[in-house]
Amino acid sequence: MSESQRPRTPPPLIAVAGFAALLAAIPLIYIGVRVGEGGIDGILAVLGRPRLPLLLVNTIVLAASVTLAATVIGVASALMLTRLRLPAVRLLAVLAVLPLAVPSYLAAFGWLAAAPGIHGFWPAWLVLTVVTAPYVTLPVAAALRGTPTALGDVARTLGYGPARTFGLVVWPGIRSAALAGALLVCLYVLADFGGVALFRYPVLTTAIHQAYGATFDRNYAAVLAMILVVLALIVFAGERAMRPAREFGTGRQGAHEPVSAGALTPLAVAALLIVPVCAVAVPLASLIGRLINAQTVRELDVDRLVAAIGNTLGLSVAGAVLAVLLALPIATLVARYRGAIVQVIETAGSLPLAVPGIVVGLGLVFFSLLAVPALYQTAAVLAFAYGVLFLPKAIGTIRGSIERVPRSLEDVSSTLGYGPFARWRRVTARLARPGILVAALFIAVTAMKELPATLLLRPTGMNTLAVELWSKTDISAYGAAVPYAVALVVLAAVPAVLLSPRTERLPVEVER
Amino acid sequence: MRRNRILITGVAIAALSLLASGCAASEPTPEATEEGAPAIESDGNVVLYAGRSEDLIAPLLEQFTADTGIEVDVRYGSTGEISALLLEEGDATPAQVFLSQDAGALGELTSAGLASTLPAEIAGAVPAGFTSTDDSWVGVTGRARVIAYDGEQFTEDEVPDSTNDLVAPEWSGQVAFAPGNASFQSFVTGLRVLEGEEAADAWVGGMAANDPVLTESNGDSLELVNTGAAQFGLINHYYWYAAAAEAGEENMRARLKFLPGDPGGIVNVTGAAILAGAEGDPDAIALVEYLLSDAGQTYFVEETYEYPLVPGIAAPEGLPALESLVNPGLDLSDLESLAETQELLAAHGLI
Repeated sequence: MSESQRPRTPPPLIAVAGFAALLAAIPLIYIGVRVGEGGIDGILAVLGRPRLPLLLVNTIVLAASVTLAATVIGVASALMLTRLRLPAVRLLAVLAVLPLAVPSYLAAFGWLAAAPGIHGFWPAWLVLTVVTAPYVTLPVAAALRGTPTALGDVARTLGYGPARTFGLVVWPGIRSAALAGALLVCLYVLADFGGVALFRYPVLTTAIHQAYGATFDRNYAAVLAMILVVLALIVFAGERAMRPAREFGTGRQGAHEPVSAGALTPLAVAALLIVPVCAVAVPLASLIGRLINAQTVRELDVDRLVAAIGNTLGLSVAGAVLAVLLALPIATLVARYRGAIVQVIETAGSLPLAVPGIVVGLGLVFFSLLAVPALYQTAAVLAFAYGVLFLPKAIGTIRGSIERVPRSLEDVSSTLGYGPFARWRRVTARLARPGILVAALFIAVTAMKELPATLLLRPTGMNTLAVELWSKTDISAYGAAVPYAVALVVLAAVPAVLLSPRTERLPVEVER
Repeated sequence: MRRNRILITGVAIAALSLLASGCAASEPTPEATEEGAPAIESDGNVVLYAGRSEDLIAPLLEQFTADTGIEVDVRYGSTGEISALLLEEGDATPAQVFLSQDAGALGELTSAGLASTLPAEIAGAVPAGFTSTDDSWVGVTGRARVIAYDGEQFTEDEVPDSTNDLVAPEWSGQVAFAPGNASFQSFVTGLRVLEGEEAADAWVGGMAANDPVLTESNGDSLELVNTGAAQFGLINHYYWYAAAAEAGEENMRARLKFLPGDPGGIVNVTGAAILAGAEGDPDAIALVEYLLSDAGQTYFVEETYEYPLVPGIAAPEGLPALESLVNPGLDLSDLESLAETQELLAAHGLI
């Protein structure tokens, strides 16, 4: 019944969502402008470079392999965390998402300090996989809690083995979440610079940074960025093709009893520890080792550290609020309606994640000087930049939680005389609130680590933890970098801990 | 169907881009204010964009403020980022002074019409060859290209005297350098000017075929040598001193070999420009003057072991005399020449 009689997409919603998508597309527009300046000749010249095939192949191989590995690890972690009876499972759940707090450049830097000389594909693959695995673990764990285990029990009483039960009962329930997470991982890898540059694994993003660093050739950089966007479009098409047409059955918070893993328990715990050890423990430990061995330890400027913490906190919270506000209309539209315009809006809203931060930063310099010159180089523009930059990350999460709101409840509220907006506000948004909160925390933690756009857009003289960290590591002042690295990880760990699978449910029922 | 929608998205974005480029094109293009700007009053404040690290520059600026009473609002970033930012901002830039890590970025600023002509007493303070040819920027410090070598494997005598020797098969897979780095590229430009296009092409081709270790920065190259992962690194001399200050000189595995008389040992400069919008601003002039003053130049000598460019100021101890190193009289900010160098590197697949 519902499929064929789905209501027409309301024009006001399209307008609001379209506007939000337009803001998110600023970096794409900027790339278009710069590529346009170079003309066809400019594009052809870049495509003809002998090094381009290597960059392209490296980029694709890295993105594909990290996405695959992070998805497998993420799904496995989520299953173990939600379905097995494990010792200290709260702690394990927190540790599983802690890598979110570690910027890829910091992880790479720490690994390099621990094992000098490692380089090339494998270290880049390892570091990116462990820092991105939580992007899959989180949504999948959330979806698993929404899938009643009763169905699994039924499957087992019918004599199905674990593999078949997973394929028939579990996977349909988490497929959408796993794909959304995998998409984020893939876009993260396409745009990442820090995790690959230090390992000397040449990809499109490192070439873009080189172009700005020595050739001052903005058109060349733009053409490379455009190639990244095209790759992202292909990834999107793939995700679309695999995304289930309809969300699988959704009892909210299906009660489930974790099962004992028996003799395999230590193995499961060890497996869950791999990601946090590789992403957090090794890098921090090796940096602290550098601090201890350093000959000259500069005195720590406490006021400066405190100021950086305050700035980081304020900016990331403001950015998260803005991103969620912009993502809400897009996510509502995508969750509830189908059609060409809906897909265009969703794609335009999500693509910019594949654009390297430095290009996004320049795009926003371009935009803010054009549209709001008075606000240029103010904290407002930087917070707005975070909002635009990370809005795509919020769309998937919020979409998923809106999809899980039973449509029948919305129908009931309609019969009670609520208008569309009141219905959305009092039913849909309220029930989707956990997802919205998760999205906000998620963005806050990402914004804290953001570096390239922050460097370009921050008010002159304003420092964040990421900027301080950058300036210390840039001059090989490893010792001086440690307090900032620790502060950044601790600060970002707060939202990460709140995000960890077992606590995420908390805020929902408190207020009614 | 799905493909179509993706296509529609692409078209929509392209259309938006066109719209926006229309907006951008209607903006006035940046032009240098040629007419003699009216004398600007000092407001006791100057906005600096610094393409060098805060750790290095901040203490110098504190000294400047203490000496002159002029406050400095400073924005730090890498030279590449800052110059991309300046070009993006165009006329709207709040910056008054740009301190750059390399000459190429200053040349780019000039060719975009964003740099002003410096007062003669500033432009003339630094000898030709180490500064701009059109007074659009002034050199501040010099850094020599060197070979950093693994001190556990080699003595200084065993290290080649010329970068030309590094194409030999015995160094295959052992030489680290950053092909995208501005100072590496100006060394290649120097090679082209000093030894001719053919020789430069042969060298770049030979290095590319000799399994080089390509890095993103001079600092990365040094780190590789320092950890024994590469035998040689082509870097700027002062990186070694910065690393030694952190780790202790005796703990440095890497050692430096200077290359007097060789194109591989040329001197690059850092420099400063005053933006077009701040032409004649007394605070901006005072800041650039300070960089060239005894106090400013000595600060760089002591803190970073860079060469002072103003005559009469002593170079850091233990470095070969600046005059002994090749300075081909290059215009280091000549972008056309830089573009040819980049074409050469691109043709051999290095960038």
